[in-house]
Amino acid sequence: MSFLQVQGLGKRYGDAVALEDVDLSVRAGSRTAIVGRSGSGKTTLLRIVAGFETADRGRILLDGRPLVEAGTMVPAHRRGIGYVPQDGALFPHLSIADNIAFGLERNDPTRRTRILELLEAVELDRQMLERRPHELSGGQQQRVALARALARKPALMLLDEPFSALDTGLRDSLRRTVARVLCEADIATILVTHDQAEALSFADQVAVMREGRLTQAGPPQELYHRPRDRETATFLGDAIILPAEVENGWASCSLGRLAVAGGPRRGAAEIMLRPEQLRLVVDHDHAANGGDGGSMGWGRVVDVEFGGSVCKVAVTLGNAPGQPAPLLLRHSSMDLPRIGSRVRIHVQGEAHLFDTPLS
Amino acid sequence: MLAVTSLVAALALMPLTFVVWITVQTGWDTVVELVFRRRVGELLGNTLLLVLLTLPLSVVVAVTLAWLTERSDLPGRRFWAWLAVAPLAVPAFVHSYAWVTVAPGLHGLAAAVLVSVLAYSPFLYLPVAAQLRRLDPTMEDVAASLGHGPWRVFLTVVLPQLRVAVYGGCLLIGLHLLAEYGLYVMIQFDTFTTAIVDQFQSAYNGPAANMLAGVLVLLCMGLMGGEALLRGQERYARVGSGAARQAAPTKLGRATLPCLVIPLLFAALSLGVPMLTLGRWLAIGGARIWQGADIGSAILQTVALALAGALLTTLAAAPMAWLSVRAPGRLQRVLEACHYYVGSLPGVVVALALVTITVRVALPLYQTVGTVLLAYMLLFLPRALVGLRASIAQAPVELERAAMALGRTPLQAVRQITFRLAAPGAAASMAMVALGITNELTATLMLAPSGTRTLATEFWALTSEIDYAGAAPYAVMMVAASLPMTILLHIQSKRAAGR
Repeated sequence: MSFLQVQGLGKRYGDAVALEDVDLSVRAGSRTAIVGRSGSGKTTLLRIVAGFETADRGRILLDGRPLVEAGTMVPAHRRGIGYVPQDGALFPHLSIADNIAFGLERNDPTRRTRILELLEAVELDRQMLERRPHELSGGQQQRVALARALARKPALMLLDEPFSALDTGLRDSLRRTVARVLCEADIATILVTHDQAEALSFADQVAVMREGRLTQAGPPQELYHRPRDRETATFLGDAIILPAEVENGWASCSLGRLAVAGGPRRGAAEIMLRPEQLRLVVDHDHAANGGDGGSMGWGRVVDVEFGGSVCKVAVTLGNAPGQPAPLLLRHSSMDLPRIGSRVRIHVQGEAHLFDTPLS
Repeated sequence: MLAVTSLVAALALMPLTFVVWITVQTGWDTVVELVFRRRVGELLGNTLLLVLLTLPLSVVVAVTLAWLTERSDLPGRRFWAWLAVAPLAVPAFVHSYAWVTVAPGLHGLAAAVLVSVLAYSPFLYLPVAAQLRRLDPTMEDVAASLGHGPWRVFLTVVLPQLRVAVYGGCLLIGLHLLAEYGLYVMIQFDTFTTAIVDQFQSAYNGPAANMLAGVLVLLCMGLMGGEALLRGQERYARVGSGAARQAAPTKLGRATLPCLVIPLLFAALSLGVPMLTLGRWLAIGGARIWQGADIGSAILQTVALALAGALLTTLAAAPMAWLSVRAPGRLQRVLEACHYYVGSLPGVVVALALVTITVRVALPLYQTVGTVLLAYMLLFLPRALVGLRASIAQAPVELERAAMALGRTPLQAVRQITFRLAAPGAAASMAMVALGITNELTATLMLAPSGTRTLATEFWALTSEIDYAGAAPYAVMMVAASLPMTILLHIQSKRAAGR
């Protein structure tokens, strides 16, 4: 049963299309990440759900109640939807305590205890309460912004790139805190981000937006391994995309014959592999296997980039026609091949076949 | 920098020192006799009532106009924004000249408050509108998501963040109310300043005038203390990172028509009345009032004095503005108070001090252009300072540090980053000063070398002879001269807010 339903949402700014025919559904208590490049319409979608902007077309239902429908629009302050913006937007003229309590009734007898509970939930110290927002660090400000949004126990929480202004370490720890707090409170959450790693690790549903359209939505694993098209594939992570000839569940390509997932298609197509599916084996005994293409790819190392735990090795395929760009493969820092050496490439799992036929 | 600031502050203290010195010379018994009398009580009541009624009304007018022009979808809001600033181009005493013509029976407190609000509320409109543009609209979004309706969001989120702008504007208006002379003489409302001028004219620099000036200085110090107390430690810069999104204008819907009446009424009263009156006097006067070489030379002299004075004043105010933003402290506050108080003195007190000092100490300087410029600098220091301080507060110190990290010397960093960012504000404050000088009356009359004829002094001379038609061309000239500066001011204030 979906808790939030967005149906056929459309929005234009003059001639520019911001959203076109967007459908999205969010289950109660789940976490959804909307990911896309800047200008893809993800923030506009979030702002329409929050009620800060109006849609031109479409419907939004929250728990069966229409928020946006032809001719009617529930104003933001009557939606009961929490919102955490990019930079927190704490009220500079109020103390931290007053910021957190902003959404509470002024004469609520439980006000003080509520503030302390919320402060504890977002792992902040009590000494913060009397400070002003500018005396806090960016991460602390974001925690306060979250506590403030939680105070009214919203049914849905919208996070508009709340981690993007923070540095990496802080970002991860804050993301985990936010995920935990929202999970404990059983609040459905929509996170907007341009960072695909953040989206994949945070959400149980990822929705990819491009040019105002929602191109694909689903569990992170599915999107990562079975993206609908090339753009989505490369947006969600490094991808190796190769031309292939497909027949009966097998693809012939420069890496040899690979099993492909997907229907009984045949003919020329593009297949996708994630770099972690490919494993390099340093071929010490190349003289004996010289010229043996077989079902396994082989190639020559043209560049090695040391990167700590994971290093990158550029390989040109030996049996590829012409001189295509080298593949960038990952390799452990142990046993790195030398430039110029011959390597074998093992492929694990199936290759993915894009839905769209090759044009 | 502290040395320059101290020198300016010392110069600024000169009129006060003069008042104290005269007080000591007069003797305590005479002082008591002159200060604690019914006349002073009346003047005090008048002046306080004027301030207490004008300020709240101006705040209401300015905030309403600023919100309508900046945050609503009022038809033609750009146009109305111009009209909200335009009354600055009409000198205060021309406002009252117009109102006296329209309604000859108009005088007393109500008239004083009416004309003051019309003439001075742009001083509040400008900072409030600029602050409204600067506010991060995300904050209002958040407040709405926390269950606050639009009206409550305005009261709890928007209004409190306008505080600093409102206090600054109120201080400026308050100082003008205390110092203005011409406006209140024309509508026959006695304040300390008009009483001092009366005293001075009847008995040169007699002790009575000086004692009244002493009380006036105390009043203005009270005003400044109040502003400082209210402003406290409020931070100017926006919390958080990233560029603020532009606020979507509030749709007025059915309220559009009633809302349109507000700026229309304000424009009709603050601009329509002076324009109609001037038009009428010009029509009555015909070609006669434009004849003679006086007008041309008055324009040239006014422009020269205004430009020289504005430059001098801005340069003199810059070090103080810098210190008060970047290194606030007790000493800086005292120095700043010195800068402010002097501008609130009526021109006649500053002029009186300079007359006495030049005559007794440096006779060659008596009635020279240098003395007039010095008087302008002292009188308009607060104007320059308010604008400069706000614009320097716009350039956070972090940017300067970043520039130094990129290999700039501190001086280069200040010049390339802070001055660059503060330039619009500096230009605005120069315009403010030049505007003030164009319309300055009393100090010019008393200090300028004989033969100096500015637009203001000629206007005043003619209205004093009840030649209202003859005065009209000078009023038109003053308005015309102030217009470009008002336009500049409006544009710069927008640019300073990042649009």
